[in-house]
Amino acid sequence: MSSDSTPTSKPVKTTGLHVGDAGPGCRKVDPILVADGVTRTFGGLTAVDVEHVEVPRGAITALIGPNGAGKTTFFNLLTGFDKPDSGRWQFDGRSLAHVPAYRVARMGLIRTFQLTKALGLLTVLDNMKLGAKGQTGENLFRSVLPFLWRKQEDEIEAKALEILARFKLDTKKDDYAASLSGGQRKLLEMARALMSDPTLVMLDEPMAGVNPALTQSLLDHILDLKSQGMTVLFVEHDMHMVRHIADWVIVMAEGRIVAEGDPHSVMQDQAVIDAYLGAHHDTDLGTTDTGHVEVLKELIDDEQ
Amino acid sequence: MIDWIAIFSNAAQELISPTTAAYALAALGLAIHFGYTGLLNFGQAGFMALGAYGYAISILSFGFPVWAAVLVGIGASVVFALILGIPTLRLRADYLAIVTIAAAEILRLVFTTNTFDALTGSASGLQGYKQGFADLNPIPSGTYGFGPFTYNAYDWWIRIVGWTLVVVLALITWLIMRSPWGRVIKGIREDEDAVRALGKNVYSYKMQSLILGGVYGTLAGMIFVLPRAVVPANYQTSLTFFIYAILLLGGAATILGPVIGSMIFWVLLSFFSGFVARAVEAGWLPFMSQVQAGQLRFILVGVAIMLIVIFRPQGIFGNKKELAFVK
Ligand SMILES: Nc1ncnc2c1ncn2[C@@H]1O[C@H](COP(=O)(O)OP(=O)(O)OP(=O)(O)O)[C@@H](O)[C@H]1O
Ligand SMILES: [Mg+2]
Repeated sequence: MSSDSTPTSKPVKTTGLHVGDAGPGCRKVDPILVADGVTRTFGGLTAVDVEHVEVPRGAITALIGPNGAGKTTFFNLLTGFDKPDSGRWQFDGRSLAHVPAYRVARMGLIRTFQLTKALGLLTVLDNMKLGAKGQTGENLFRSVLPFLWRKQEDEIEAKALEILARFKLDTKKDDYAASLSGGQRKLLEMARALMSDPTLVMLDEPMAGVNPALTQSLLDHILDLKSQGMTVLFVEHDMHMVRHIADWVIVMAEGRIVAEGDPHSVMQDQAVIDAYLGAHHDTDLGTTDTGHVEVLKELIDDEQ
Repeated sequence: MIDWIAIFSNAAQELISPTTAAYALAALGLAIHFGYTGLLNFGQAGFMALGAYGYAISILSFGFPVWAAVLVGIGASVVFALILGIPTLRLRADYLAIVTIAAAEILRLVFTTNTFDALTGSASGLQGYKQGFADLNPIPSGTYGFGPFTYNAYDWWIRIVGWTLVVVLALITWLIMRSPWGRVIKGIREDEDAVRALGKNVYSYKMQSLILGGVYGTLAGMIFVLPRAVVPANYQTSLTFFIYAILLLGGAATILGPVIGSMIFWVLLSFFSGFVARAVEAGWLPFMSQVQAGQLRFILVGVAIMLIVIFRPQGIFGNKKELAFVK
């Protein structure tokens, strides 16, 4: 989280996303994803309890919050990888409740995982090709007749190579994904997600483990997605990055949405400071997790 | 004195024997399951039993022609795969392993029990179903071949059909595994959630793989019973493990591996059994009886396979590079 990872160029921020006052669960002008009353408990622990949240279309939204806030669980619920105890949510006007994960992906909502899922014993190029939608050759009966899918395969390969080149992975295309470094796998997973031309990309900690030199190019990729008309929702702990590229920030703590707003104002929100330090930080600051103090310092530094 | 010529010629015969072809087919099916998709099917013996019984019962009890009997066997194994797969393929990999091993045993016991004696022949099994297959033989009767490979027309017919099937299915497997379908399947082996997140119906693909490999096993079961009778004791869990041994010997995610692995397995088995039996006869192993000698061959094959797996863990045709990344 060194400051040299902070880019110098200023990306264009999208503004005017919300209706009325910015606050937890506030309405958006054009929401792409709307969730209502989504809860998920693990035994006695309420991991997610989201009353109402809307993700604005065509913008980059950051979902932040301390460790264990429920961000990944919320991602899993939205994308069909986990089942909520209750709740409704819709994507692009279509309900997603009880829709299996693979259908969610086909509808144009593609996610990546916090713990990277590169397909180790497939080549980088095969990883990419797997991401493409609507492949004729993925049908068992048609797969034995290569002339039916050869042309489409060539198109997919051309597209894969083009995206790989953008992510500077083209020289690795014939290597097993297992041979990539952790950061390169993050890049590959993101590149693979783009193969299906998604409308909403959900990235779970895309920067974790990526070195500062790569961070800049990853940031550019994410900004690039927005300029291509995609919506991005990402989870991130690096506040510099959040401030730099996010148009909107949603803050989660203990399963709830505690604050929302543009990156500037949200970081001055008392609820956010409480979330990172615990509600009683003024009384027992000395025993608080030092990581959280770091984050808060960063927030305050950034504001100056 | 030991008759080395006989030992070697018997071993050589196993190279193209119908049993070797049957094991190669069954192992090819397991390669689809385990090697390519990562499905732990421990019930391949069950699929083979369905082929054997499906074929024999259709002919003996219902008087079906050969093609219909083959279809019955295939149909039975598709149903079997669905029964195994529907409850387990959504769960973790080990559940399929438990269910398949149990289901294959249940099948064997159902075929063994006296209750269905009229259909299955219970413990003594079935025979007398070969005429239809023999009638299709275009080879004029007589004896053909050279050296150890001298057989009558029927024996050649089984070998030709068995090995043609091996070649055709190996080619089909090769084709589908290098297609986009095969890419999805291999992706599932690596991480099914990642594949799901890319919009593939993982459950359906796993089911297709289970059915396809199971059908290979069923065809193997049919080839297996053409030179012998149908006997339920042949379909024990150990059969599945021999096929796994063949698969690992040849290379799990390979096409040639199961085929060559089966040849090596049967040649070695025949060689050791011939050698040990004659060595006992010649008084080289005074501490052993003939019965004990019959068991020793499996021990020797086991040792041979262990050595191969230790010194070439990726199998004969496996890719050494892959091994570097095995978790
Ligand atoms: N499968 C599970 N079983 C039991 N508890 C779980 C499970 N998954 C998550 N939890 C709990 O739910 C809470 C939220 O976890 P989650 O992974 O969503 O946090 P997060 O916000 O993504 O945190 P981080 O920033 O560390 O990734 C945690 O307290 C966690 O222990
Ligand atoms: Mg998380």
